[in-house]
Amino acid sequence: MFSSELEARFEKLLKSYPPGRQRSAMIPMLLYGQDEVGSVTDELIEEVAKRVGVTALQVNEVLSYYSMLHRKPMGKYHVQICTNISCLLCDGDKLWEQACEKLGIGHKEVTADGQVSLEEVECIGACSWAPAIQVNYDFHHKVTPEQLDRLLDGLKKNV
Amino acid sequence: MYNEPSPLETRILSRRFGKPNSASIDTYLADDGYQAFVKASRMKPEQIIEEVKISNLRGRGGAGFPTGMKWSFVPRNSPKPKYIVVNADESEPGTCKDRLLMEYDPHLLIEGCLIAGLAVDAYAGYIYIRGEYRYLIDIVDKALAEAYQKGWLGKNIQGTGFDFDLYTHTGAGAYECGEESALLESLEGKRGVPRIRPPFPAVVGAFQCPTVLNNVETYCAVPPIIRDGGKAFADLGVAKAGGTKLTCLTGHINKPGVYELTLGFPVMKMIEEVGGGIRNRKKLKAFIPGGSSCPVLTAAECEGATMDYDSMASRKSMLGSGGVVVMDEDTCMVKVALRIMRFYAHESCGWCIPCREGTTWLRKLLTRFHQGMGTRSDIDLIGDVSKNMLGRTFCPLGDAAALPTISIVEKFRQEFEDHLDGKPCPYEHASHMVTV
Repeated sequence: MFSSELEARFEKLLKSYPPGRQRSAMIPMLLYGQDEVGSVTDELIEEVAKRVGVTALQVNEVLSYYSMLHRKPMGKYHVQICTNISCLLCDGDKLWEQACEKLGIGHKEVTADGQVSLEEVECIGACSWAPAIQVNYDFHHKVTPEQLDRLLDGLKKNV
Repeated sequence: MYNEPSPLETRILSRRFGKPNSASIDTYLADDGYQAFVKASRMKPEQIIEEVKISNLRGRGGAGFPTGMKWSFVPRNSPKPKYIVVNADESEPGTCKDRLLMEYDPHLLIEGCLIAGLAVDAYAGYIYIRGEYRYLIDIVDKALAEAYQKGWLGKNIQGTGFDFDLYTHTGAGAYECGEESALLESLEGKRGVPRIRPPFPAVVGAFQCPTVLNNVETYCAVPPIIRDGGKAFADLGVAKAGGTKLTCLTGHINKPGVYELTLGFPVMKMIEEVGGGIRNRKKLKAFIPGGSSCPVLTAAECEGATMDYDSMASRKSMLGSGGVVVMDEDTCMVKVALRIMRFYAHESCGWCIPCREGTTWLRKLLTRFHQGMGTRSDIDLIGDVSKNMLGRTFCPLGDAAALPTISIVEKFRQEFEDHLDGKPCPYEHASHMVTV
């Protein structure tokens, strides 16, 4: 059900914690699993629950707390725009408005073709290189409106 | 490199930043790497802790608690295993320094963990890295593998008889997990809600065992302290606060970046000479010393202030995490207060009511205000609600939301009055005019 790389990672994670503490691997397993599967699916929840030794309900209870874990699939390219204080002072809020307008979608929404999704995020730790954006896990620093425009065009074409 | 270094820096922790292959173990070993661990392995645990106490190193995550004292709270004769936990959940708005330490010098962090492990007789450690920093997890994992391969981690490290394992652990998006007890809950695979204290993590921490929990930068300061002696580190700073601080200059500043400055560095010199002054030759309006949880200072309060715990405390603010936010004369302080509160309302874990309800209520009040629909009595209400959160929440997140808000309402009250009676934000136009 998972790739061999992911299986190897799961195995390593389950060995990383003291005996009887395999529950500790739950959140990393969900995040790495989501990266491969596309979202936290019912199957992923069942599988993680089984491997760490808790119920699916217990996994559900935990995952709803963490903002990076999504029950529904985001776009192939998940564009996260920071508008927190340091980025705001460098017009990160205007980048956010620009992206919403250009793509015609809002917070945590996905374009009709499933290609791009948007999220207004809290501080991503790029404050000295504001305004900052993350596309999936890649950082883009000191983003200008023109760069954002080109970036979004590139994501749309890159089917 | 992310930014040009400044000649005014004192580069102790950042001395390998930007050098070729700085993250590799070969580069580290060729530059006296792991020699502080070798030295520490010949010292008694009490001597290691004493050296850290002499250094006047204080926690670099924001709280500023003396590190040596924290380590001394770990019970020596406890039969339980002991753990080292690294808080690499860097998410205090304005802060982006731990990123660089892990990216450029992961072995410095590993060596700091090893020395802490010797000091408290721990057998394993966990580096809790925020989920957004995936590339750093890869870099640190690679460094860990190198350290195992060359015998600097694992069993009987370099023949010292000391066993130590170190792992990375990823978060998945939650500011609250930077709070130490919430981080430990999250590390155990639970929602990141804070634990009631006492007992403190030194006694009951990770997996209910004694635990040393410090910020990335704090651990990274330990190898230089052991190598050169605690006194040399203490002498770099001021009384009761030794060494250097990685300082992130952000906001309306000409040369934003991460700079390593000695404790006690003058604020105005930092803005003008290290940061190249305010953008577009504007005047300074407001200043946050170390992350959005700190009370805001006015330009007048910055005069004569220095970047250390006591100077900031005397101005009723905090040194915090090193996330400096500089705001120019065109900044709308109502908008700033609103954005800060939106953040805390989003990140409140919901565990305790004063924080959950207080941040949400304040977010609504401030939103209304910024839209020009506030009333005069709302100004006092914002202050009152904030003051009623202070000291009444389970963890410091409630205070972190209340303190900047109280300071903005008290120091920039006129700006709130300027937003009354349906008036449009007087600064919106000005801020649109700003160009880089």
